[in-house]
Amino acid sequence: MPGLGARLGRGGATTFLQNLAESDCVVVMGSNMAENHPVGFRFVVEARERGGTVVHVDPRFTRTSALADLHLPIRAGSDLVLLGALISAVIERGLFNREYVLHYTNAAALVGDAFQDTDDLHGLFSGYREGERAYDTSSWALAGNRGSGHSQAIDAESYEQRAGETNVEEDPSLTHLRCVFQVLRRHFARYTPESVQRVCGIDPDQFERLLSAITANSTPERTTTFCYSVAWTQHTTGTQMIGACAILQLLLGNIGRPGGGIMALRGHATIQGSTDIPTLFNLLPGYLPMPAADRPHASLANYLADVTTETGWWHHAPAYMVSLLKAYYGERATPNNGFGYGWLPQIEGDYSFQQMTLMMDRGVIQGLFCMGQNPAVGGLNAKLARRGLSRLRWLVVRDAFEIESANFWKDGPEVAEGSLRPEEIPTEVFLLPAALTAEKDGSYTNTQRLIQWHDRAVPPPGEATSEAWFVHRLARLLRERYADDDSPRAAQLQALEWTYPTLPDGEPNLERVLLEINGVHLASGQPVTGFGELRDDGSTACGCWIYSGIMPATDRNRARERAASGRASLGWGYAWPADRRILYNRASARPDGTPWSERKAWIWWDIERGRWIGHDIPDFPSAKPPEYRPGAGATGVTAHRGDAPFLMLADGRAQLFVASALRDGPLPTHYEPWESPVANELYPDQLRNPVARELSDPGNPYQPLQDPRFPHVLTTYRLTEHHTAGGMSRFVPWLAELQPEGFAELDSVLADRVGIDNGGWIAISTPRGEIVTRALVTDRLQPLSIGGRTIHQVGLPWHFGFGGIATGAIANDLTSLVEDPNSLIHEGKAMTCSVRRASFSATRVAMDGTRDWNEGR
Amino acid sequence: MTRSFGHEHPGAMGFLTDATLCIGCKACEVACKQWNELPADGDAALSARSYDNTGDLGATTWRHVAFIERVATDEAPFAWLMLSDVCKHCVHAGCMEACPTGAIVRTEFDSIFIQPDICNGCGYCVPACPFGVPQLDQDDGRVHKCTLCYDRLRGGLQPACATACPTDSILFGPVTELRSIGRSRVESLKERGVQKASLYGDTSLGGTNGIGGLNAMFVLNDEPELFNLPAAPSLPQRTTGPAFLATLLSGACFALLGAAAFRATKRGED
Amino acid sequence: MQPRVLRLFRRHVGFNPNPISARSRAIVPRTTGADVTVSVCPYCAVGCSQLVYTKQGRVIDVEGNPASPINAGTLCPKGAATRGLLQSPLRIAELLYRRPFGTAWEHKPLAWAMDRIADLVKETRDNTWQERDEQGRRVNRTLGIGHLGGATLDNEENYLIKKLFTAGLGIVAVENQARI
Repeated sequence: MPGLGARLGRGGATTFLQNLAESDCVVVMGSNMAENHPVGFRFVVEARERGGTVVHVDPRFTRTSALADLHLPIRAGSDLVLLGALISAVIERGLFNREYVLHYTNAAALVGDAFQDTDDLHGLFSGYREGERAYDTSSWALAGNRGSGHSQAIDAESYEQRAGETNVEEDPSLTHLRCVFQVLRRHFARYTPESVQRVCGIDPDQFERLLSAITANSTPERTTTFCYSVAWTQHTTGTQMIGACAILQLLLGNIGRPGGGIMALRGHATIQGSTDIPTLFNLLPGYLPMPAADRPHASLANYLADVTTETGWWHHAPAYMVSLLKAYYGERATPNNGFGYGWLPQIEGDYSFQQMTLMMDRGVIQGLFCMGQNPAVGGLNAKLARRGLSRLRWLVVRDAFEIESANFWKDGPEVAEGSLRPEEIPTEVFLLPAALTAEKDGSYTNTQRLIQWHDRAVPPPGEATSEAWFVHRLARLLRERYADDDSPRAAQLQALEWTYPTLPDGEPNLERVLLEINGVHLASGQPVTGFGELRDDGSTACGCWIYSGIMPATDRNRARERAASGRASLGWGYAWPADRRILYNRASARPDGTPWSERKAWIWWDIERGRWIGHDIPDFPSAKPPEYRPGAGATGVTAHRGDAPFLMLADGRAQLFVASALRDGPLPTHYEPWESPVANELYPDQLRNPVARELSDPGNPYQPLQDPRFPHVLTTYRLTEHHTAGGMSRFVPWLAELQPEGFAELDSVLADRVGIDNGGWIAISTPRGEIVTRALVTDRLQPLSIGGRTIHQVGLPWHFGFGGIATGAIANDLTSLVEDPNSLIHEGKAMTCSVRRASFSATRVAMDGTRDWNEGR
Repeated sequence: MTRSFGHEHPGAMGFLTDATLCIGCKACEVACKQWNELPADGDAALSARSYDNTGDLGATTWRHVAFIERVATDEAPFAWLMLSDVCKHCVHAGCMEACPTGAIVRTEFDSIFIQPDICNGCGYCVPACPFGVPQLDQDDGRVHKCTLCYDRLRGGLQPACATACPTDSILFGPVTELRSIGRSRVESLKERGVQKASLYGDTSLGGTNGIGGLNAMFVLNDEPELFNLPAAPSLPQRTTGPAFLATLLSGACFALLGAAAFRATKRGED
Repeated sequence: MQPRVLRLFRRHVGFNPNPISARSRAIVPRTTGADVTVSVCPYCAVGCSQLVYTKQGRVIDVEGNPASPINAGTLCPKGAATRGLLQSPLRIAELLYRRPFGTAWEHKPLAWAMDRIADLVKETRDNTWQERDEQGRRVNRTLGIGHLGGATLDNEENYLIKKLFTAGLGIVAVENQARI
């Protein structure tokens, strides 16, 4: 996520789940961890049993709150105000770790004269270009910067950022008015406990309890971890919410330390892996940006000039990019043709998931592959997503069940209500049965960057196949079709290196694919043992440099290893990069290389051996002494000091102030959700994120500002008993019976007011439409007092659809297409709605089939 | 708690289910159904009773998680209590005493096991359980309940629910060990201010009411009734016992009277 | 410690000790003698290790792997239901095809469908291919085809999808659940 990437250098979780047990305080915010990551939560429970404090900040009292020492109900979408107030209090009351902040962050750097903050410009930063709804970030540069190899902002949605600048002016006393620390201090001065009360609905006593829980447990002897999930990412300010958490944890000196850091909790088996080895439009494997026609990327040389930094880890970008091109195009990639760079397509704009909905609806996308994703339910503004599907020429769905995205033309609500007839839908649909995990080989990368291989236990049923089989087969069929074609588009496919050996049943050998991902020395055919061996001269091929080392020998797949030992569980699977379990763990030692405390020792400098040792693999050059100072003209990580733990970044220091990598500002700023019932208390002239991306379409109307017709806050979420859009849970009898039907949660005051009984029917509307579902009236939701107004929050699980055993109205029929400008993620966690009593008798799906199944075995 | 045990000389084995560690995830319900191949049997509709949609223990639901939304009072704040209920494997088991066919046996693990090949579905055990655990399955005509995963225990494996429980809210082990863990847990909860903490099913529960303790105990943080557990469970047999004795007594009286009358008649014949 | 006779009495209430049936005597876990495969839970990103027990090519049990430092044998309800996912009565095992403007599924051979899909991909790609954009910059892409999904697939499959679709076919609208 760019929220972490921009400030720390990598988007991945900085720690690992088991290490939560070593936390003295765990703050779960932007996540309902006990419900959505129950097995990860066991380490939070363990931390609590060991005497630690657990805090849950969430609009609802959930199963996480039930086990927490403290639950703070918060208005959805106001998190940044609470985080900002914590940052401000930590600074103003002198509760930060000065040594950590001074050495490990850019707090001392001076911001350039041209920079103007939101305080000066009524909620905008300097450089705002009104017409484009975008920033020119040049005025955010640090003073004295001689350039870091970038002329402009790096594609900010790249999940690993190349932010950071070198050779800047500094003030180690942290008192200069323009030093980052003082800029930060002034920026967050208006984020006070009183503003928390007015904006979030959290009273000052509760705020003080939270603050003291965190600060009392952020010392050399103690550490605090924050756990977040999509309840931070799914906001138009999501990246900055996460960034605010990173700033707080940096000020407190918690990043890189055991029991500290930020645990990003992801929700799919390999959502981390599918970002590292991306099926994302704007990335190539290993966080190399996708070539873009509207960037200086015309040739390989141009591209490398743009993405390579003089200092910091991205100095090595050419080796990674050339090795990727060799993996893609094999022998046809030569120094003379830019290693085949010209065959790669170039992007131009935004083709993210939300944009794809409009591209389908408008007929730009005519054919769609859908593999294990269910946009008819999980798509934002799902009604529009279904309309998009119904306008496709062809659609290939690969799934284990007849999910809504495959049968919308037959069973969708539009067909049921008669507004769409199958006879009018042109889409040619293929529903291919897919193999499930236990039926295929392959690897997943979990939420802590840990790659684990799974072996096939049984063959898939009937005609079911893996995606690997499908892609491999399709590649061969298309190669046949383009064999005698000499057009440029045929050349692209003909250039592709595609020679995977297959198993007897036609499935490609995936360990062979993993070997390609790991990388090989082309002359010898031997695997590389780490990304340090990759070269930019075409002598190595590597499909994803950050995974290098996973297969150091052709007969050794480290993702398959299962011998855990020690506090870092080394030997169990393989964590990228280079098997490091806590990122930036150089920061677990003081600048001089000694542990902050015996209790929190993780890695430290061993003077006798002249290397970093400890419980983990150092995320640092292993022989670089703490007192190392770079010489003039040093490049790469050699240009970093011996006390610079954030080695991806240009100067090796975490970026409290992000000069160039983010689209909506160098510092986190509170804007109200795109749809909010209240004004922006902190910046009355800027209600919304000024550079959030609107997706204007008649089918995607937004709520007019503070429209009284939609007075309540609406938030969506998951339940323990189901998974995402339901494709893997609503069709499973044992799970369907646990939560058999869709519902909405609301507080009893609101329920009384609108006459809704517990279990009765409720209609919920937004400008996109209305859904009717069951009501669960509960004290777990309480009205909040926000700026003198009572605000009710309505909760809506988004798993349900019309298919499967557990059914219900589609929550995403209410959500809108709108994007965080950095991550391009939607705002599913905070919008506004109206509710009314409904009379509705749904046809309930009988569960009789489950008995047949059990008896039939 | 270790996750394996030597099963050569097992002694009494049981559960300690701790409400204060339960996150209501229902992994126990599913793991139980998976291992024991039990069908989904819940209603297809929302119950609107908090997050509980499976209702109660039954013939095909042998673990059941109760959800209690405890309203805020002056003494205590709002709380969401969760507890995984299960067969108590009573020291004096009413079901077993009531079973006329010998289908219900006490195993070498001191657990109560209904042998499905012997049970004839008479249902006498159903009202004999003070906790309402065994239930008749309308489909196969037999009574079913938690077996303490008798098959797994025989193979040295823990019961499925305890294996799956992510937060160690369900512990499996020797009852004596679990009892001492439960007692110290209750003590530490009381120190933390949970005044209503109790170990439900400790031997103190028995004695008076004839159950003599439970091999499946529960650490509770509120009154048992709140969790749908009887505060003072008793064996139905203990109340029927005196009536039974009276019957015997009156029978004997009638017999004596009859004998006397017979002798009188006989004498008359003489 | 109770006297032996008392314990016996407690174990066997009534005058005849309840008989242990032959079946009961022979009970063992059904996983006895089964093959075990180490797998990973397909649901969330915690990455619980699973043991998949099979007999005669059929999954008979899926449970947590006690050796895992993450889940130590535990699972959540979804993970515990993995066998229910694999063996759901609603699982599809045959290809379903819906012709344009059709009103019902049809069964078609997999090989036929693969050929048809390849034809459609080629046709759409050829019709929408852009070698250069309006400003004459080489872009080598098609916007006419999109792809969704990846977060539930294997890393290797993600790699192959990106490689074929983007590097080989110029499909750029390739997205997964990471932005949801």
